[in-house]
Amino acid sequence: MIATESVENPFQPEPARIVRQYDLIKDHRFFQIRHLDMSRAMSFTYNPGQFLMLSIPGVGEAPFSISSTPSRPGIIELGIRRTGRLTDALFRKRDNDIVFIRGPYGNGFKIDQMRGKDILIVAGGLGVIPLRSILYYVLDNRDQFGRLYFMYGARSPEEMLFKTEFFQLREREDIECLYTVDRASEGWTGEVGVVTKLFKYLPDIDPEGVNAVVCGPPVMYKFVIKELLKLKIPKNQIQMTLERRMKCGVGKCGHCVLDHLYTCIDGPVFTYWDTLHFRELI
Amino acid sequence: MPHQLRLIRNDVAPAPTFQTGWVPTVRILKMEPKYFQAFIESLDKFGRVYAPVRRNGVLTWDTPERFEEIVLGGEHTMIPVKKLFHPMRFDMFRFDDSGFTPDYSSSEKRVIVGVPPCEIHSLLRLDEVFMERPVDPYYAQQRRDSAIIGYSCLPGENCFCRSTGTDIVEEGFDLFFVNLGEFYLVWVGSSLGHDMVLVHEDFFDDSVSHDDIKKYIAWRKKRDGMFKKSFDFRSMPDLMELSYESPIWEGFAERCLSCGQCTMVCPTCNCYNVVDVLDISSATSGRRERHWDSCMFVDYSLVAGGHNFRGARAERLKLWYTHKLRAYASEYGKPACIGCGRCVEACPVDINVLTVAEALVTMEVPAR
Repeated sequence: MIATESVENPFQPEPARIVRQYDLIKDHRFFQIRHLDMSRAMSFTYNPGQFLMLSIPGVGEAPFSISSTPSRPGIIELGIRRTGRLTDALFRKRDNDIVFIRGPYGNGFKIDQMRGKDILIVAGGLGVIPLRSILYYVLDNRDQFGRLYFMYGARSPEEMLFKTEFFQLREREDIECLYTVDRASEGWTGEVGVVTKLFKYLPDIDPEGVNAVVCGPPVMYKFVIKELLKLKIPKNQIQMTLERRMKCGVGKCGHCVLDHLYTCIDGPVFTYWDTLHFRELI
Repeated sequence: MPHQLRLIRNDVAPAPTFQTGWVPTVRILKMEPKYFQAFIESLDKFGRVYAPVRRNGVLTWDTPERFEEIVLGGEHTMIPVKKLFHPMRFDMFRFDDSGFTPDYSSSEKRVIVGVPPCEIHSLLRLDEVFMERPVDPYYAQQRRDSAIIGYSCLPGENCFCRSTGTDIVEEGFDLFFVNLGEFYLVWVGSSLGHDMVLVHEDFFDDSVSHDDIKKYIAWRKKRDGMFKKSFDFRSMPDLMELSYESPIWEGFAERCLSCGQCTMVCPTCNCYNVVDVLDISSATSGRRERHWDSCMFVDYSLVAGGHNFRGARAERLKLWYTHKLRAYASEYGKPACIGCGRCVEACPVDINVLTVAEALVTMEVPAR
């Protein structure tokens, strides 16, 4: 009844090689991967805020945020916490081992509405992994954006992800880095407390001219958004990237449904304005 | 069933790579009952025939061994026809060290006989999900390879398709038989359906008289009067929205067993899980399977690390009913419920579209 024409299989995992991998902190590892097919590797691009489905045959498949920026093509970077069967198996992989990926999926951050604006990035814990993509995208296209504020809260100095990188960023003139930890340890000179405690260091801003992007544990959103609203940042200029269970990445399997939206195709980036309509979002 | 000659949508797949053969209904034909069996038996030229048959006491979609086994005209199969397009379990890929190879072997040419109007609607709803780009190649192939022979029915005890507007079909079939007793009226809904007619053109009569039309109208009137169950479907989206924080959800949740039967029997439930299974004697080769999943199950929204976005039963119930009675409408224009009443029969604790609809109006969970 339908013309016989083959269609691409959107669930087809493609082989990719682990180019490099190392521990960020305990149970958190950084992976650089590249499609085995070189032309695919070189043409592969994505938006900051998109994600991949990563497979290990026989173990399974799960979504992972892309932590690198498309402004540095040729390599895909992932930051992964060991927390289940698939990540256990992934942590047993070594350099040059093969994993399988498909994607990129999701909408990504709304770069167009961010251009020309001041950018406020607010990360909590593991939430810094997808935000690292937009952070470096802004830094790599620095003239397209206004002032850049990067707030990051971790549990302790020892649990800061990308610590060396992020400490180096403090040397730069074109970004304001604000870091905090829940529990300080010896030698920590920064702020102590939850990420919202950093807002007092922000200079006066024109709220209409700011775009905020937020990612962190579910409990964090409520408090951070309260601060952002206090600053009078318009609700559609507050972007959040959400985590959900996903089995397909392309709007078929149902798991990531939020009201009538799917996190995998309509998200994972939603604005705070969206959440006012879709009550399960945060 | 078709209530008038109508243009039939011929682009069920939004993706341009697929074109269905559903064409404007060319005509409505007449057939005497004595030809029906021979006609159905002639359809195996077009594929393997599936129909509602009784297996181990349960009415189910399967391949009849004899025409007499086919049960038409009213009684529902326990599991809806979706199982032929979105199977309970199938292999998506074979995998080994070198990677994943798609497995499309579960698809075959089929002629599905006796699909009631509500289930034709359910397939059109599933199309909205699976044929939306990117097209799901597994579903699409099953859909492409299957002919749909619709068949009219009279409402059963728990049918309320008149309330959901799914008692009539205008598209989504190759042929549709309306059984008026003395004769059948046969709607030709596709080029393939027309080919089927051509095989035994002598069975069909294309002169439908004024008298025949009167009989058809009388039959519809009779059928419309037979519904015992109904609810105010149109007000459901608003009521769902207004009742989001209502205590009725907790009331239902106290009763719900999270057994997932409602989702398994629902013709428009499409959720699935994906699982890798290693071959018994191998550490590297195996298959990636797709299984039905249910949003009633506690791990439906569980993510790695242990956070559960819908750990509470009330949240999961609310999700299902939001999807059936409201949310799907925002996305595709119509709520997903097709009024078949299977949830009424399947739920062991009387949580179903009717009791939830009643509670949304009265703000009280109906007593059992």
